[in-house]
Amino acid sequence: MSDPILKVRNLDKHFPIGGGFFGKPTDIVRAVDNVSFDVERGETFGIVGESGSGKTTLGRCIMRVLSPTNGDMTLHRKGKDSLDLVTADRARLTESWQDMRMVFQDPQSSLNPRLRVLEIVGQCLRKSEGLSGKALSDRVGGLLEEVGLRKEFLMRYPNAFSGGQRQRLGIARALATKPELVIADEAVSALDVSIQAQTLNLLQDLQEQFALTYIFIAHDLAVVEHICDRIAVMYLGEIVELSTTQDLFRAPKHPYTRALLSAVPIPDPRARHKAKRRLPVGDGGVPDKGCRFAPRCPHATELCRNETPKAKPMAGADVLCHYAGEI
Amino acid sequence: MSLADTQPEAAKQADVAVPELLGPWSLMWRKFRRHRVAYVSLWLVGFIYALALFGDFFAPERLDDTNRRGIFAPPQGIHFFVENEDGSSEFQLHAKARKVQVNQSTMRRSYVDVPGKIIPLGFFVEGYDYKLLWLIPSNTHFFGPKDPDDVVYFLGADRLGRDILSRIIIGTKISMSIGLVGVAISLVIGVSLGGLSGYYGGWVDNVIQRLIEFLRSIPTIPLWMGLAAAIPLGWPPLRTYFVVTIIVSMIGWTSLAREVRGKFLSLRSEDFIVAARLDGLSDWEVIRKHMIPSFSSHIIASLTLAVPMMILAETSLSFLGIGLQPPIVSWGTLLKEAQNIRTIIEAPWLLLAPGTMIVVAVLALNFLGDGLRDAADPHAH
Repeated sequence: MSDPILKVRNLDKHFPIGGGFFGKPTDIVRAVDNVSFDVERGETFGIVGESGSGKTTLGRCIMRVLSPTNGDMTLHRKGKDSLDLVTADRARLTESWQDMRMVFQDPQSSLNPRLRVLEIVGQCLRKSEGLSGKALSDRVGGLLEEVGLRKEFLMRYPNAFSGGQRQRLGIARALATKPELVIADEAVSALDVSIQAQTLNLLQDLQEQFALTYIFIAHDLAVVEHICDRIAVMYLGEIVELSTTQDLFRAPKHPYTRALLSAVPIPDPRARHKAKRRLPVGDGGVPDKGCRFAPRCPHATELCRNETPKAKPMAGADVLCHYAGEI
Repeated sequence: MSLADTQPEAAKQADVAVPELLGPWSLMWRKFRRHRVAYVSLWLVGFIYALALFGDFFAPERLDDTNRRGIFAPPQGIHFFVENEDGSSEFQLHAKARKVQVNQSTMRRSYVDVPGKIIPLGFFVEGYDYKLLWLIPSNTHFFGPKDPDDVVYFLGADRLGRDILSRIIIGTKISMSIGLVGVAISLVIGVSLGGLSGYYGGWVDNVIQRLIEFLRSIPTIPLWMGLAAAIPLGWPPLRTYFVVTIIVSMIGWTSLAREVRGKFLSLRSEDFIVAARLDGLSDWEVIRKHMIPSFSSHIIASLTLAVPMMILAETSLSFLGIGLQPPIVSWGTLLKEAQNIRTIIEAPWLLLAPGTMIVVAVLALNFLGDGLRDAADPHAH
């Protein structure tokens, strides 16, 4: 079944911090560190992790909004030659941005408040297909109906819409160029729960309709469980576990994944205190050597503190832990 | 509601009329109108610019008409009713006719009313010839004595017997336009340098910011004096005027450049700017279509706040005698007439009339700018 649309190999993104006019940077933040994965055509690939784990940076590196420090990324599109995203020039990137689109987290700031819906959703079409006038408004009107809005909204400004409707506008904008891959960066986290459900269902319907592939970045495990086929769990810039949704939720293998799963709020108050597994709070710093999770890991040994673990393939999952399968 | 139901409520009731929704500019205008002081100031500023534009129409007397019988004449009041011989009173705008009395021992002049003699006043009266908007010849004046040979000093007269009111009205043209031209120059320099600084960052940003800090650290008055002293006295007034404008805007652009840079920096990371880039727009298109419209309202507000600074700068320069020189008439050169104590004691209107005008104009522009800034800020409530 291996027909990957996107291959990412050993991707790094480091940010220098400190340093002034003449000074050298004092430190670097490894926001994304040695990350490799494939995204299969037609699947929904989830990326989860706590705040600061590098999931958004990873998404932006794939879109090449940020330039990665190291590594390879290749986009395999239907009927077109594959594109090396790392070395692509501006012209090829602009072209790739039609096949690979993004839905943003904040529906408030991702829509320009000074433009009408027609322009917000339609400007990529104006640019890529040279549409204008009636042809453009027909096309955008059609897109609005596809995401469950009305054609009459064309001439409105974003301030006239609710959060959920704005996110639909964001989705319509992403779909306008008929993309193959859509990166949804926390696309539903800014919405309240009932609207989240509607939006997720909309995304699933659209996926069936247009044969889309999603990379779904989120921090809410319930959301990714609902929508994703495979999930990568990130911790401090690394993917610590990559497995199918079923396996991940049934048998999490990395201690961090387990802790993450047990942190999901349980709606039943009587069942709540049973399954709590508490984790010491980390300082967000990355240890100099050894496993990055070691300072917070309940199972950490000398080996963990001294040697950097390598990804272990086991039963359909890749786990970044010395003791994967043993603990 | 089932989860599969992705239709919003509004879509189901297709017959409900969609109300007309306001765009960002209309919302701004609505918010601005709620700001009472700013709204009144808008009218006031509009009126002052109308004075500048139609100066000759509003001025009752010619700018340079001297009058030996009006030297240091104090302001004259406007009276409404005249008493007829039969004792009944009748509505007639008028001023009392005056004559000069010279105290022979002190050689001081004083003005006394001539009993029973009035100067009738009226709207749209005939006066000296001028060209409206530099084009249309006319001799109609908004308000003044009905007989063109009469002279009434509503705000007093100066040492040559020239009408202060007319001079203030004509001076509006120079004083208010120097603000506009100065601001236009600052706008061009400020937006381009600030834009470069914010968009490219790095060493370009560093160089421009240090330059701004350097310029701002120079005390303004000595800098202006030095530059203004370099203007040759023999230059024609128009050229002096432009050089003074440029000097005045030397400093003005720095704060604007900083503001623009800040806006560029904060906008660069906004999601909608990223989205526009991903839509395939080039850098220039992103700046033109997304960035500039997002901060144009702020720019308008800060420009409005910069205009009074320019007016004050011109006034101070002219007052010190290093800016505009007579015969150019601006509020600053008018104030220069009131530089010594004797004049202030004997003819305080020389100081008060132009001074009040400057204060009113500066305050009105400041209130207007404040109102615009509040209206432009989407987060203020």
